[in-house]
Amino acid sequence: MDNLYRDFILEHYRNPHNKGLLEPHDLHFADSNPTCGDELSMTFVLDSAGEHIADVAFDGRGCAISQASASILTDELRGMSLDEAREMDPKDLLEGLGVPIGPARLKCALLSYKVLQGAVRGGETAWPEEADVV
Amino acid sequence: MALQQAVPQGRGTRSLEGFDGAALRADFPIFDTPAANGERLVYLDSAASAPKPRSVIEALADAYAHHYANVHRGIYALSEDATRRYEEARRRLAAFVGAPSKREIVFVRNATEAINLVAYSWGRANIQAGDLILSTEMEHHANIVPWQQLAIEKGARLEYVDITEDGRLDRDDLARRLARGPKLVAIAHVSNALGTINPVAEITRQAHDAGALVLLDAAQSVPHMPVSFAELGVDFGALSGHKMLGPSGIGALWARRELLDAMPPFLTGGSMISRVTLEGTEWAEVPWKFEAGTPAIAEAQALVAAIDYLEALGMDRVRQHERFLFERAWAALSAIDGLRLLGPSDPDQHAGVISFLVEDIHPHDVATVFDAEGIAVRAGHHCAQPVMLHYDIPATTRASFYLFNAPDDIERLTDAIRAAQRLFAR
Repeated sequence: MDNLYRDFILEHYRNPHNKGLLEPHDLHFADSNPTCGDELSMTFVLDSAGEHIADVAFDGRGCAISQASASILTDELRGMSLDEAREMDPKDLLEGLGVPIGPARLKCALLSYKVLQGAVRGGETAWPEEADVV
Repeated sequence: MALQQAVPQGRGTRSLEGFDGAALRADFPIFDTPAANGERLVYLDSAASAPKPRSVIEALADAYAHHYANVHRGIYALSEDATRRYEEARRRLAAFVGAPSKREIVFVRNATEAINLVAYSWGRANIQAGDLILSTEMEHHANIVPWQQLAIEKGARLEYVDITEDGRLDRDDLARRLARGPKLVAIAHVSNALGTINPVAEITRQAHDAGALVLLDAAQSVPHMPVSFAELGVDFGALSGHKMLGPSGIGALWARRELLDAMPPFLTGGSMISRVTLEGTEWAEVPWKFEAGTPAIAEAQALVAAIDYLEALGMDRVRQHERFLFERAWAALSAIDGLRLLGPSDPDQHAGVISFLVEDIHPHDVATVFDAEGIAVRAGHHCAQPVMLHYDIPATTRASFYLFNAPDDIERLTDAIRAAQRLFAR
């Protein structure tokens, strides 16, 4: 238990990085976790060439895992090209969380990844298959 | 069977609890395996699905081992035996839910399928453009989505009766909407998300006065309290076997005979016909008209074992037991700071289901902490997202009680809530 809710996760949950809404923004996407109905949105500002992420913010409410995951993921995104963001491996995000994520909480941990993919791919994407990420 | 020891025998020995729930756990093999933390499993998710007593598991195996062949077909002893036992299950379930005739019980997979049967069969034959269907804000999605689909298809109107701040139906709002002349009122007996027990007999009288039929989603009441569809006066009743100690894959629709007789079939194919030519088909009589294809033969037989178990305890005692657990749990949870409890506080209006919120901790996180403490609860929207929208909350944690729960489970629950609060406060 203390394994899952390590200080690192709880710190991101209490004081999330990049929380809010960027106005104006270039990209916006929102999605929800079907098991609990939690919604998460992301807004992006791109560089002048429209190829790199200049700034990003996420908004929405959710559990410690989904909020920490969004906080940690958005930290990684500044300066990243849209191509790099599209090619991101969800396993890297799960590793970045640094705690064991069981199947019951996988969608909580990957909601931010799914919102990111929806934004950079221009539409809703499928949830990563459990077998591919665990 | 622990049943005998758990139920106080003789007059004057009836305890406040109704019976000793902890003693009944010996009948449920699921409790033989400790939880992941090594402690006794605390199962508080019977509103989702109930564990099975050994007698039900054995009845299922016995049906497959000794009483199995297809029903209503074979001209041989084994098929006649399976048919007799399958039809005996219908008779027993009819008696259990106060159905005047066993011919009014249609076996389906679950309550969801029962409601869909009514929406597709009765609904498509009787609902027209502009007609009003009335549901409520506290329904399970199973009692909302089929009506939404029907309303879209027919151009009918679908309205929802509002709920009060403490999770009861708003009776003034109900009266207002009944005055608009709905064709059907689709309502839960017990809300799975809030635990509210609705005053169904009274609401049914009002609905009938307004000219509406009443469909009762009894999935959360039939397993937990005495229910008689005839006494309640409703027109349709839906239930699931798996929530009442029975196997999954079997449930039932009850409806008044004249309604069933007039309804067109839902699924068509084998065994629901009396005569088929290439030009057309004559339907079988009810209820077989609604049971196309090979039914849940063994599951029906095991459902009888579930009814036996419940009747040996007595449904009035099951209700008394859960009322006792509700009062204790409500008091214990109310004493913890930072908790918000949903639904009415009156034990007469609240079943053994408590939905709650722990301040600053998401229900999923609460459930994960509970899981580590060996406690199974449901966290989420409970397939009742309109309830969550009403209270502007994403989800709740839900603890639901059944006959094998006891005060020791409530102690473990409150300890786990405090553990979650400590974890998140550090």
